[in-house]
Amino acid sequence: MNFVKAICAAGVLAVSTPAFAADITGAGSTFIFPVLSKWADAYKKESGNGVNYQSIGSGAGIKQIQANTVTFGATDAPLKAEQLQKDGLAQWPMIMGAIVPVVNIEGVKPGELVLDGQTMGEIFLGKITKWDDAAIKKLNPNVKLPSDAIAVVHRADGSGTTFNFTDYLSKVSADWKSKVGSGTAVEWPVGVGAKGNEGVAGNIGQTKNSIGYVEYAYAKQNKLTYTALVNKAGKTIQPSNESFQAAASNADWTNAPGYYLILTDQPGDKSWPIVASTFVLMHKEASDKAASQEALKFFKYAFEKGAKSAEELDYIPMPDSVIKLIEKTWNADIKS
Amino acid sequence: MAVQSDTSNVIDALGPYDRAKALSAFKAGDLTFYWITRISAISVLVILGGIIISLIIGAWPAMREYGFAFLWTQRWAPSADPPVLGALGPVYGTLITSFIAMLIAIPVGLGIAVFLTELCPQLLRRPIGIAIELLAGIPSIIYGMWGFFVLGPFLANTFQPFMIRIFDGVPVLDAVFAGPPSYLSLFNAALILAIMVLPFITAISVDVFKTVPPVLKEAAYGMGCTTWEVVRNVVIPYTRVGVIGGVMLALGRALGETMAVTFIIGNSFRISSSIFAPGTTISAAIASEFAESDGLHQSGLILLGLLLFVLTFFVLAGARLMLLRLEKKAGK
Repeated sequence: MNFVKAICAAGVLAVSTPAFAADITGAGSTFIFPVLSKWADAYKKESGNGVNYQSIGSGAGIKQIQANTVTFGATDAPLKAEQLQKDGLAQWPMIMGAIVPVVNIEGVKPGELVLDGQTMGEIFLGKITKWDDAAIKKLNPNVKLPSDAIAVVHRADGSGTTFNFTDYLSKVSADWKSKVGSGTAVEWPVGVGAKGNEGVAGNIGQTKNSIGYVEYAYAKQNKLTYTALVNKAGKTIQPSNESFQAAASNADWTNAPGYYLILTDQPGDKSWPIVASTFVLMHKEASDKAASQEALKFFKYAFEKGAKSAEELDYIPMPDSVIKLIEKTWNADIKS
Repeated sequence: MAVQSDTSNVIDALGPYDRAKALSAFKAGDLTFYWITRISAISVLVILGGIIISLIIGAWPAMREYGFAFLWTQRWAPSADPPVLGALGPVYGTLITSFIAMLIAIPVGLGIAVFLTELCPQLLRRPIGIAIELLAGIPSIIYGMWGFFVLGPFLANTFQPFMIRIFDGVPVLDAVFAGPPSYLSLFNAALILAIMVLPFITAISVDVFKTVPPVLKEAAYGMGCTTWEVVRNVVIPYTRVGVIGGVMLALGRALGETMAVTFIIGNSFRISSSIFAPGTTISAAIASEFAESDGLHQSGLILLGLLLFVLTFFVLAGARLMLLRLEKKAGK
C-alpha cells in the first residue's frame, strides 16, 4: 500500500513540478549574455528552473519587453524615467563591465601609453592623424612614438559598447558631442568598422599603428595592448578590477530615478573613466505575475551568488549597497 | 488474318466504354499535373510579391521621412536627433565593388574557359575543372576570413603601395589609387568578389563552349585561322547568349554578397575617390547594423534592402534587354 502511495505521490510531483518550472524568458543585450548564461546554468542546477535568454541586442530587447513577449528585457543603454513611466516598466542595473582603448604600436607595451578623453576624441574625430602628434607626446614624454598615420577601428554593428564609449567622448569633448554625439551606431568621421568585439580585437591585432576600443575581457583574453586613461580627477589610471570597482562605487545610484545612470567619466581619484552597465527591464504590473516572481528569484540568486562567476568572466558585480537598494525597489515597484 | 480481325472485334466490342475510361484517366492525370506545375509557378510570384510588399511596409516610415533625397544623401547618422540617413555611400560601394569584380572576373573567367575547352592538354582538363568547381563550393565566410587574414595584409604591403607609387601625380588616376594602403578596402572586397564569382562565369562558359559544333571550328581552322581568331569569331559569337547569362548570374551574386564583404570592406559610410579606402555595400550595412537598430534607423535599413532589390532587378532587366538587342542584330 505504502509503495502504491509513494508511486502516486511521485507521479503527482512529477506532473506538478513542470508547472512551476516554466522557463524564465528574457531577451536583449549581448553584453550580459556570457555571464547571464553562466548564472542560468548554476540556477537551473539549484532550483530546476531554466532561463531562456535570447541575446538579440538591446534595442530588440526593449521592444520585446514593451510588447510583453518576454518576462524581462536587458539593455546597455538605460531608458529614461519618463519612458519607464510610460511603459510601466521597472529598471535596475544588473552587472557592469569596463571598456578599454586598445592600440597596436610597435614597442609599446600594455598600459604604457597614456591618453586623455580630449586627445582620444580628437583621434576618433580624425583631427589628430599621426602618433607623434604634440598632444599625444605631451601625455607620453617617455614613450617612443612612430610618425605614422593612426588607423582608427570602430564597431560596425550597433552595440552597447559603442554607446558607452561615445557617451564618454561626448562628456569629455564638446567637439565630439556637437559633431558625432552618442549612440549604439554613430556617424564615424574616420576609420574602419569591424563586427563585434572580436572583430575589433582582430583588426587591431592585424593593423599596425591602429587604435580601437573593446570590452576589457576581450583585451585581456587576446593580450591586446590597452592604454591607461586620465580620469575626471586628472589622475592617470590603469584598467584593473580595482579601478573599475572604484568607478562603480563612486556612482550615485540613490539619486538616479529609474537607476538612469551611465557610468562614464565618474568622479573619484581611482575611477576608470569608461565603465558600462547592463540594465534589466521588467513590467511593474506583469500580466503573468508568477513568471515575474520567478524571474526576480533568479535575479536575487544572481546578485547573491553570482558575483564570483561574474568576476571570472571579467565583469564587475554590483556593490552590496546598490544590491540592497535594488531589492527594495523590487518590493516597492513590482507587484506580486 | 483471322486472328487480326478477331482482336479488332474484341477491341471493338469492348471499345467505346474502355476508351472513354482510359481517356478520362489520362485527362485527370494531365489536369493534376497541369495544376501542380501551375501552382508551383504561381507560388514563386506570390513569394516575390510578398517580399516586395513586406519590404515596402517596413521601409514606409523611412520613405515618408526622407523621400527621394535618401538616394543622394551621403550622411549616415542613425544616432543624430532626428536620424539623418542616406543611401549614397552603400549604393556607391555596391556598384563600384561589383563593377571592379566583373572587370577582373570576366576576362579571367573567359580565359580559363577558353583554355579548358580549346587549348588544355587532356590530362590537365579534369583537375583544373574540378578546382574551379570547388571554388564555387567554398562558403562565403571562408573567403571573408581568408581575405581578412591573408589577402588584406598581402595587398596592403605589396600591391597597394606599388599602385599608389605608379600613379602618383597622374591626373584622375592618382585620386583613384590614393593612399594610405589599407587592410580593409573597396578594392580588397572587389578582388574577393571576383574570385567568388569566377566559377560561375567559367563553369557556364565551359558548358556553352562545348556546344559549338566542331565542324564550324574545323572549317575556321581549315581557312587558316589562329586559335584567337577561332575563339573571337566563331566560339564567342556562337555562345554569346549563354556567356552573358553566366556573367549576369555572377553579377547578381556579386551585388548581393554579404558575409565575405562585411569582413573586408571596412564598413565605412563615407565615399572616397580612392578604391583603397574603406567603404560599405548595401548588404554589408544591413548585416552589421540591423540587430541593434530600431525605429527610423531600422526602417532606413529595410529601405536599403528594397533599394538593393530594385537595383538588382534593373541590372538583370538591363542585361535581358541587351541580350534581346544582340539577338536582333545577329538575326539581320
